[in-house]
Parts: sequence; C-alpha cells; structure tokens
Amino acid sequence: MFNNIMKTISALAIVLLIGGCGKGKTSLTVAGSTAFQPFAEKLADQYMNSHPDISVTVQGGGSAVGIQSANSGAAQIGMADLVALPEDAKGLTATIVAKDGIAIVVSPSNQIDGLTTDQVRDIFNGKITNWKEVGGIDAPITVVSREAGSGTRSSFEQILANVNLKRDALIQDSNGTIRETVANDANSIGYLSHGLINEKIKALKVDGAECTSETIIAGNYKLVRPIFLLVKGTLEGETKNFIDYILSEEGQKTIVADGLLPAK
Amino acid sequence: MKPFGEKQVKGLLMITAFSAISILLLIALFIINEGLPFIFSYGLKEFLLSSEWQPQLGKFGIYPMIVASLWVTLGAMIVGAPLGVGGALFLSEYTPRSVMRIIKPTIELLAAIPSVVYGFIGVMVLAPIIRDNFGGPGLSLLSASIILGIMILPTIVSISIDSILAVPQSYREGSLALGATTWQTIHMVTIKASKSGIIASIILGLGRAIGETMAVIMVAGNSVNIPNSPLDSVRTLTANIALEMSYATGMHRQALFATGVILLVVIIILNSIASVAIRKRIARR
Repeated sequence: MFNNIMKTISALAIVLLIGGCGKGKTSLTVAGSTAFQPFAEKLADQYMNSHPDISVTVQGGGSAVGIQSANSGAAQIGMADLVALPEDAKGLTATIVAKDGIAIVVSPSNQIDGLTTDQVRDIFNGKITNWKEVGGIDAPITVVSREAGSGTRSSFEQILANVNLKRDALIQDSNGTIRETVANDANSIGYLSHGLINEKIKALKVDGAECTSETIIAGNYKLVRPIFLLVKGTLEGETKNFIDYILSEEGQKTIVADGLLPAK
Repeated sequence: MKPFGEKQVKGLLMITAFSAISILLLIALFIINEGLPFIFSYGLKEFLLSSEWQPQLGKFGIYPMIVASLWVTLGAMIVGAPLGVGGALFLSEYTPRSVMRIIKPTIELLAAIPSVVYGFIGVMVLAPIIRDNFGGPGLSLLSASIILGIMILPTIVSISIDSILAVPQSYREGSLALGATTWQTIHMVTIKASKSGIIASIILGLGRAIGETMAVIMVAGNSVNIPNSPLDSVRTLTANIALEMSYATGMHRQALFATGVILLVVIIILNSIASVAIRKRIARR
C-alpha cells in the first residue's frame, strides 16, 4: 500500500520535472500593476502563440512591486501605473505602453452628471459632504477610495493635487470592489480604471469632459495616467522584442479592445 | 518483526508535538523580528497612540485600528454570546436528546462556511438593510459585529452544549426533587456547574472574532477612523495588514508587521485575562 503510494508520487514528480523544464524555453517574467495585469496576460498569450520558444509569466503585486522587482531582477519587466515614477525607478528604462483614464463614478440613480476637479477634490477631502452642495439631492456623500499604496489612488491624488482623503472614507482594495460598493450605495462616489465602467455605475463628466476613449485621446479629460513598462538597463533582446510587440499595431489593438487607451 | 517499537512511537509523537510549538515560535519570532525594529525606530507611543495613518507621508499611528478591533470584538460578543449560550441551554435542557443530536451538528456546519461567504452575505444583504434603515454607509462597525457574532455561534453553541451535558444528571434531579422548576434548576444549578465551560466557549469565540480578517474587510468599510457610532466604518488591525500588504514596501511594510506584533500582544493579553478568569472560577468551586 505504502509502496504503491510512493511509486505513484515519484512517477508524478518525474513527469512534472520533465514536463516543467521541457524544451529549454527562454522565459520572461513580467510583474507589477494589477490594473495592467489582465492586459499583460492577454498580450503574453498572443505573443507566446507566435513565438513558441518563449515563455512569458505575468504576475501582479502592484506598481511598487513592479518597480522593486525590475530593480532586483526578480522580473525582467516591471509594470507600473503611476503618474510620476518615484526616485527608485530612476535607473530603469521606462516605456509608456498604454494610457488609462480614471473615471469618477457614482450610482446610476444619482442625478448629478458632472463635477469640476475642485468639487471632486473637496468631496474626497471632506469639505463637501452633502450632494445638495453640488446640485444633487439632500443626502450625505459616501466617499469610497482605494487603500494606501494603490497605483490608481496615488495617480488620482497626484492629478487632483492637494488631496488629503477624509478620515471616514470607505476603503476598498480593488477596482472590482469599488465598483460593487458604488453600485450598491445610491449616495456613494468612487473612482476606478476607465476600462471597468459598466452599466451598474455611472461615470461623471469632469470639468465638462466625459470619460470616454475619444476625450482621453483628444486630451480633454484630465484624469489620465500612463502605464509604464520598466526594464533595468537598456532595452535589448527578448525584453525589447516583447515590448515592441505590445507597441505594435496588433498589441495596441488588444489594449484598446479591452478598455485601455493606446500609448500614442 | 515489530515495525514500531515503544520508543520509536514516543519519539515520533514527540516530534509531532514539538512541530506545533516550534511553528508557533517561528511565526512569533518572524513577526517580532520584522516588526520590532520599526516600533523602536518609530516610537512605541507614537505608533500606538497617534491616530494618523498615512503611509505615503510616513505617518503610522494605529490607535484607531486598536479601538476598532476592540469594538468589533465586543460587538460580536454582544451579538454572539447571548444567542450562543441561550441556544445551547435550550438545546441541552428543553430539547429531547434525539432532536438535539440532529440540530447540534447542523449548527456546527456554520463553522464550515468560508468567511468570504459570510462577508459576501454581509455586503449584499446586511449592509443595504442597515444603510436603508439606520443610515450611514452600511459597511460599518454594526454590520461587522453582526456578521462576526454569527460566525462565532458554532464555537459557542457547541462547546457550551458539551459542558452543560457534562453536568451530572443527579445535580438536576436533586434540584427538581427539592421543588425547583426547570428554569430555576438551569440558572441555579446547571449554569453554575458548567460556568467554566461556557466561559471557555465565549473566549474561544472571542479569539476567532478578533482574528477574523476576510469577512471584516468586506463588511467594515475599512476607513481609518475612531468610530463615534456603530454606523461608522472602521478598520481592524487584521484588515489593515491584509488590505495594504500587497502594495506595501519599505517602512510601510515594516509598519504592517509591527501591526501584527501589536495584534499578537492584544490576543495574548485577552487570552491571559480569560484563562485567569477561568482558573478563578474553577478554584472557587
């Protein structure tokens, strides 16, 4: 009995070992921003289809992890979705591969259609606490934000400038849970990646500009952040090929199809 | 040939016994090793008593989260303890044994439901009810307390029933023979005799409540805020670690480990108070 189990386990282990290091593929690790992660996974799949000798692994972790792992060499390519790259990314070669709008979202039942950047800032700072102050119904505003360290949050706060999030703002730890929270609460306001807007929530105009791909490309919508791919040293070899592929017509088409905006 | 002799069995069992203790020790050492240097460099007083938690600006005060953890745990106790102990008394004293043998395992099944499911129900059902009827954002101290109160029910019910059933039948018969009613017997004899077990069940529930993370993240709203009412959103110590760990680097990361150290200390203090309380009760008997 015991022997049989051992035999099975060792057989499995051998199969896994042989399968795992199979044909001596070149492997490429991409890590970082969770906002760009699903796009990177899709791009990696397509790239591996046309380049069977290369294996691309995509990991999340957030922008900070992207910068860190590109610096330490844990990943060949780091992903970061920050408005301005921090000090420790100075030694990395940064390529903008896409742009992402940050939509200010409310429940569809909210009668407000747009806010100015000053109003948005005041709401998140806690200076405006009731919807009637911005032309809505008499109801308290529930502010929903992301956790400290999130790329979306730091971009949002950097673009608006002087944001000091009010203390009783709800904190959710992903774009998806922000969407759920805002969809479920008629008096709430939150922000999330433009690609994740759906019929359950309503994106507000900011300073009169709608949050759509067209306005973002035209440069009318203010809340836009770049998505960087970071490489240690200079771009060369396989990393260059992969980034070139993302910047190619096919790669950019994939990015646009799923809700991000092209780099140029 | 004997496959295992007496000595080998003893040795093997000793290794298993020490594995649990050494893992506990390793975890404690790891957390302390990562968190303690931060506490020393940042200052214990500032870390514990400041209510500014702004990692980007290098401000790490966890006072609101300590308060929130204590409130949420207390709230869970207020919801869970009377329900659990009351349920246990009814099932053991008023219900026929055959029925109890079906109901008890059913209640214990509550413990098998993953915490994320409790959180999901809290977000989808409980939070909207609270928001619509009482105001506030719904995701609040109150909803976290209710959800946690339900989560600790199986622990309280199950251990309470076991300790109540362990009270010798002759105690009850003696009381009834003296002319006491069923309720008089319960509160004057049965509860007194099984007190230590009931308290132990509540303490185990308390341990689960203070350590629960997933469900709390989902229903508590997570604002770093000292609550003024049960309808305010709060962030517990556990939620703080889980929420920010994925993005944290440098000082921020160390501060989260330090939060873990404080959590460890809080739990050790609570458990010590509890075990002292139990020992006193046993000694008094």
